[in-house]
Amino acid sequence: MNFPILSTIIFLPLLGSLFIFLSTQKNENRSAIYISLFTSLANLFLTFFLWYSFDKNFVGFQFIEENNWISGLIKFKLGIDGISILFIVLTAFITPICIISCIISAKKRLSEFLIAILILETFMIGVFCSLDLIIFYLFFEAGLIPMFLIIGIWGGPRKIYSAYKFFLFTLLGSVLMLAAIIFIYWTIGTTDYTEIYKLKIPQEYQYLLWLAFFSSFAVKTPMWPVHTWLPDAHVEAPTAGSVILAAILLKMAGYGFLRFSLGMFPIASEFFTPLIFTLSIVAIIYTSLVALMQDDMKKLIAYSSVAHMGFVTLGIFTFNKQGIEGSMFQMISHGIISAALFLCVGVLYDRTGSRMIKSFGGVVNYLPNFSLIFIIFVLGALGLPGTTGFIGEFLVLLGAFKINYLVAILASTGVVLCAAYMLWMAKRVVFGNTNNIIIAKLKDINFLEGTILIVLCLVSIIFGFYPEPLLNTMNISVNQIIQNHQNELTAILIDK
Amino acid sequence: MENINSIIPEIALFFGICLTLMVGVFFKNSFSLVMKLTILVLLGVIYLILIDWGGEQKIFLDSFKNDKFSDYFKILILVSSIFIFISSNEFIKDKKLSKFEYPIIIMFSILGMFFMLSANDLILFYLGLELQSLALYVLASFDRDNIISSEAGIKYFVLSALSSGLLLYGCSLLYGFTGSTNFNEIGTNLITQNTGAIFAMVFILVGLAFKVSAVPFHMWTPDVYQGAPTSITNFFAVVPKAVGLAVFIRFMDLPFKNIIEEWQMIIIFISIASMILGSVAAIGQKNIKRLLAYSSISHMGYALAGVATGTISGYTSTIIYITIYIIMNMGTFACLYLMKTDGKYTEKIEDLSGLSKERPMFAFSFLILFFSLAGIPPLGGFFAKFFVFMSVIESEMYALAVIGLLTTVISAFYYLKVIKIIYFDDNKIKFDDVRNLSIKATILLSCLFLSLYFISPSIIGSLLNGLFI
Repeated sequence: MNFPILSTIIFLPLLGSLFIFLSTQKNENRSAIYISLFTSLANLFLTFFLWYSFDKNFVGFQFIEENNWISGLIKFKLGIDGISILFIVLTAFITPICIISCIISAKKRLSEFLIAILILETFMIGVFCSLDLIIFYLFFEAGLIPMFLIIGIWGGPRKIYSAYKFFLFTLLGSVLMLAAIIFIYWTIGTTDYTEIYKLKIPQEYQYLLWLAFFSSFAVKTPMWPVHTWLPDAHVEAPTAGSVILAAILLKMAGYGFLRFSLGMFPIASEFFTPLIFTLSIVAIIYTSLVALMQDDMKKLIAYSSVAHMGFVTLGIFTFNKQGIEGSMFQMISHGIISAALFLCVGVLYDRTGSRMIKSFGGVVNYLPNFSLIFIIFVLGALGLPGTTGFIGEFLVLLGAFKINYLVAILASTGVVLCAAYMLWMAKRVVFGNTNNIIIAKLKDINFLEGTILIVLCLVSIIFGFYPEPLLNTMNISVNQIIQNHQNELTAILIDK
Repeated sequence: MENINSIIPEIALFFGICLTLMVGVFFKNSFSLVMKLTILVLLGVIYLILIDWGGEQKIFLDSFKNDKFSDYFKILILVSSIFIFISSNEFIKDKKLSKFEYPIIIMFSILGMFFMLSANDLILFYLGLELQSLALYVLASFDRDNIISSEAGIKYFVLSALSSGLLLYGCSLLYGFTGSTNFNEIGTNLITQNTGAIFAMVFILVGLAFKVSAVPFHMWTPDVYQGAPTSITNFFAVVPKAVGLAVFIRFMDLPFKNIIEEWQMIIIFISIASMILGSVAAIGQKNIKRLLAYSSISHMGYALAGVATGTISGYTSTIIYITIYIIMNMGTFACLYLMKTDGKYTEKIEDLSGLSKERPMFAFSFLILFFSLAGIPPLGGFFAKFFVFMSVIESEMYALAVIGLLTTVISAFYYLKVIKIIYFDDNKIKFDDVRNLSIKATILLSCLFLSLYFISPSIIGSLLNGLFI
């Protein structure tokens, strides 16, 4: 196929944002809303078409596009496999939802907000499509600019502190990755991922390079102890910002671990597994305990994100099919469910101006539809069978039990703790007595809010009962990663 | 009869200066006319250089060398000078600095720079340097009724004269220990461990480091940047820096080619010190010109990191860096010409607060320029740093690369501070609506270049092919 569908999907939102930039006058948002909705939905349609024409039985990368970029050094190479396609679909699916939620709740400077979100979509999809490390880095870092502005302009009271923390933490993590990428270029002679995959990086370099990539991904995941930027960023970001942050930006790191750390440094990955396991377990247990004590709903969900991402990193480094498929599933499910939870908090925040748990109570009496949906997502987040959350956690734990009983048992406590803080929050917010008069005057969710929440709810439940489409899509690629990993390790053993 | 074809641009520039000087002297209130003539002369010189582009020739007993390298830098400084002239025209008139000497002095300094760039001989080089410096001393104190400007001029004069003296001393030592003033001959004679010549090399490095305001010879930069009128700061930030780096490369590539072990450590130190000091000291600044002064110090650190490799790819990356640096600075200074309230120019960073609500396009240009200065992809500034670090890591100087990359994080902090003031804070003062097409065109060109550079990042590199042989 000659049509450059990946480039189209990447640059269509950018084009849309350019149109908004050129077409809007002051205080006139109508055209901005239509253009952004149109581009994001068109992009969603294109990604569905991409998914439909994606060959699930093909080993390696598909839809490869290659253009000369920096002459003699680097090619602009794009391509997807069973892992990246799912993230692309997720990104294209979450973006229109964000845009709708902006339209519902954003009050000031809406058209600029929409521009920022569309530009961010370009960069996020670019991350998942790029097959060259430099291009990956380019998109990975570029996402910082719009996100910095989203937090800083439309954020809450401590927005400036949070925006800085977000920007500088992530930048500090990723400059080391840039150094590592350039080093790879000079040792291997290319930054083309498919070539590196074949040529193999010498063992003695792998450890340091792995750590350099780790510094970037660990901050972005975020892993304990560098997770502290996430609660701040989430609390201060506007609803749509939190949704994008939780649903997609965090997944870039998981994707990075899976694709680059495992793919390029198999020996170092094996070597550092205990480190990852320890940090993941600490993240799961510690942040769950911290989440128990939160007063702010957004902060609670943010800490639960750290715990959920702990499961993801744990699963990736089990190096078996269940673990990796579980982490993939967990990432997608977290993308949907945490996005929905942030939207739910946004619904309450828009109406009352508060996110504190103690200012709510008995919401179910006045907002029955909202409460139903909210409870479904709470149950999804704690991994109730029948939602996507269950399949992810279950597979990860299955994979972990194959490797190490202790790790698996410790991780399982996270499931219990997660149930504790989520249900406790639900109890205090949704049920109980209404001790705040404002609650009694609230209106239930309107049509637009209902639509986006129900769509998310349906997706979560459908894939919860019938995960086959997702698992089928990633199956070959996951097998490939595991196969490659084992080949590498046996090669080392034979050498010894 | 020697072939003087290759010196025609310099001759033309000289006669152009004389002509504009005559016009300035004989016509009253002739600033606008002189300005127009100056731009015409500069355009003419660009044309003369372009028709002879890429030819390499040495004349006057090999003391004057015209090659692609010098041609590239000459075009660079001419184009940036033209942009400075057209974008600062209104500023000059508002500040009542519109004396006809202003463009003429700048042209004299450009003439001096031409000789520095083409010099293949210590004496000619020094003559060019002095011509340039004398013109710059006058420029720094051009606003002579203003006490800060006069102070800046004196400060610059004293320190710069000292450094020129050191440089001259280094040149004479070099002549004494190698027996020649010709760059190529010095290069061939310097093969052995020659302690005296190494002394000379250190003196010359000090002089050159002063010219590009690299740490620890940076002290004049913040004061001069702040004190001089903005249009002149604009010139200082761009043109002499480019020439200084070009001369740096010339010296390292020709006379000091064989003693790379001796100067490499010095340049690595200068580079690291500039990167660190430039980024740390800028954090507390409240005046935007002072902030840009420290920012330029750290940028010189990155540019020198490319020189420190001592390889052709390193030199090329420095040239790419300085080119993108110039484009970023042209845009940023053009933005400063728009910072005007009630007819007065302001330099305080906090006056920018809430700019994005009043003037979204102006704020957006600041956004692109400052993120680009900070080196965040996908803007042009990232690629400048990227190419430098490519060559640094190629030369296996990992400590330099890692320190350089970490200082980009520190420097990101103060660039973010300006963005924060523009975008997150509330509106305080209202800027005048300056309707000046040439300022806006400069900003637009610079922003477009920086934001579209990622489409073809090798475009400058391909211009530089075959610069070094």
